[in-house]
Amino acid sequence: MFVTPSFAQEATEDAATSEPEALHTETGVDDHGATAEGSFPPFDSSTFASQILWLAITFGLFYLFMQKVVVPRIGSILENRRDRIASDFDEADRLKTEADEAIAAYEQELAEAKTKANQIAQKARDDAKAEADIERTQVESDLAAKLSQAEARIAEIKAQALGEVDTIAEDTTAAIVEQLIGEPVSKSTASSAVKAAAAGEK
Amino acid sequence: MAQDPIHQFHISQLVPIEIGGLDFSFTNSSLFMVATAAVAGGFLYMTTANRGLVPGRMQSVSEMSYEFVANMLRDGAGSQGMRFFPLVFSLFMFVLVANLIGMFPYFFTVTSHIIVTFMLAMLVIGTVVVYGFMKHGLGFLKLFVPQGVPGVLMPLVIAIEVISFLSRPISLSVRLFANMLAGHITLKVFAGFVTSLGALGALGVGGAILPLIMTVALTGLEFLVAFLQAYVFAVLTCMYLNDALHPGH
Repeated sequence: MFVTPSFAQEATEDAATSEPEALHTETGVDDHGATAEGSFPPFDSSTFASQILWLAITFGLFYLFMQKVVVPRIGSILENRRDRIASDFDEADRLKTEADEAIAAYEQELAEAKTKANQIAQKARDDAKAEADIERTQVESDLAAKLSQAEARIAEIKAQALGEVDTIAEDTTAAIVEQLIGEPVSKSTASSAVKAAAAGEK
Repeated sequence: MAQDPIHQFHISQLVPIEIGGLDFSFTNSSLFMVATAAVAGGFLYMTTANRGLVPGRMQSVSEMSYEFVANMLRDGAGSQGMRFFPLVFSLFMFVLVANLIGMFPYFFTVTSHIIVTFMLAMLVIGTVVVYGFMKHGLGFLKLFVPQGVPGVLMPLVIAIEVISFLSRPISLSVRLFANMLAGHITLKVFAGFVTSLGALGALGVGGAILPLIMTVALTGLEFLVAFLQAYVFAVLTCMYLNDALHPGH
């Protein structure tokens, strides 16, 4: 687009000699480097040899670099990550199992402790009851002993009292007789009289 | 010349080398091939240098491209195809990086030359043919004989299969080459409109907005094409390698 106006300008400047010159400029512009005149660059076969050679060199080296270095490296990175993730999952599984086991053990222990606590409580109750029973029987026996003691004492007092009744009766008899006859009565007379009266009553 | 849309494809000698009458000069194309290999290799090498168990951002990019190609190959050619992984991965990365480097202004697009894409395609087809005959011997020719075809149609079908096989390197190379070439020419033409309209004064600058929007949109599209063509090239490589591994349809 730029060539054409310049060509026109030159053509007006010098009509006689411009045509070959202008053509020369035109081809000079297009002929950048060693390409053939005016041909479409991608179809210019004169550059093919160079392109093929340099493509073979660069792509060949690139391929070797990929094959020897980059592909194994990225492959190992991805492999490592996969392994790591898998092992982490395994670890998590293992920990979960452990936790489950711990929970089961805890629950079992809890149940055992509960049973044990019940047993202890039951034993304490039984012991307390047995002790109370013993104490009660002891108290009861004590009471019975005291009761019998008291009864014995009562009987003794009663007997004593009954024994004294004769003496009182003799004294009373002597006193009454003395009042009645106005003369003292001997103790033995009174006593035999009381005894006779008592025998007569019987 | 600045607006010549073809100029960007010119090959200029940087270091003239001539061996046996053939021109093996180190050219701008060679320079960008070296750059492509260096950038792709350097990126993959350096981002994975830490071998991080938890990847960083850049390492993720390398790993993603690795797994992307690995999945592509496994889907396309089965787990047996993984022996070709370095080849497919190299092809994908090389084409992708060459395409992307070509998106920089003033940079040369290696894949916009048919001879480059054709050589890469021939590498693929050559691998398929050599490996196919190595592994299956003459059984590889079963590739051209589909099962369950009536005997009458057989010669016709075989002819079609052979032609389709022979056209593979051409379609594979032309697809990539034509996409890159056409994309860059279109981009250049629309960008050229912007400058030539802008030179016409105020009205022209106003009118240049339209091609400018177009250029921006096309740039986005070209990035997509750059990736897509690398992907297509790699996917087709996988499919062709599948034929070498399992020639019986």
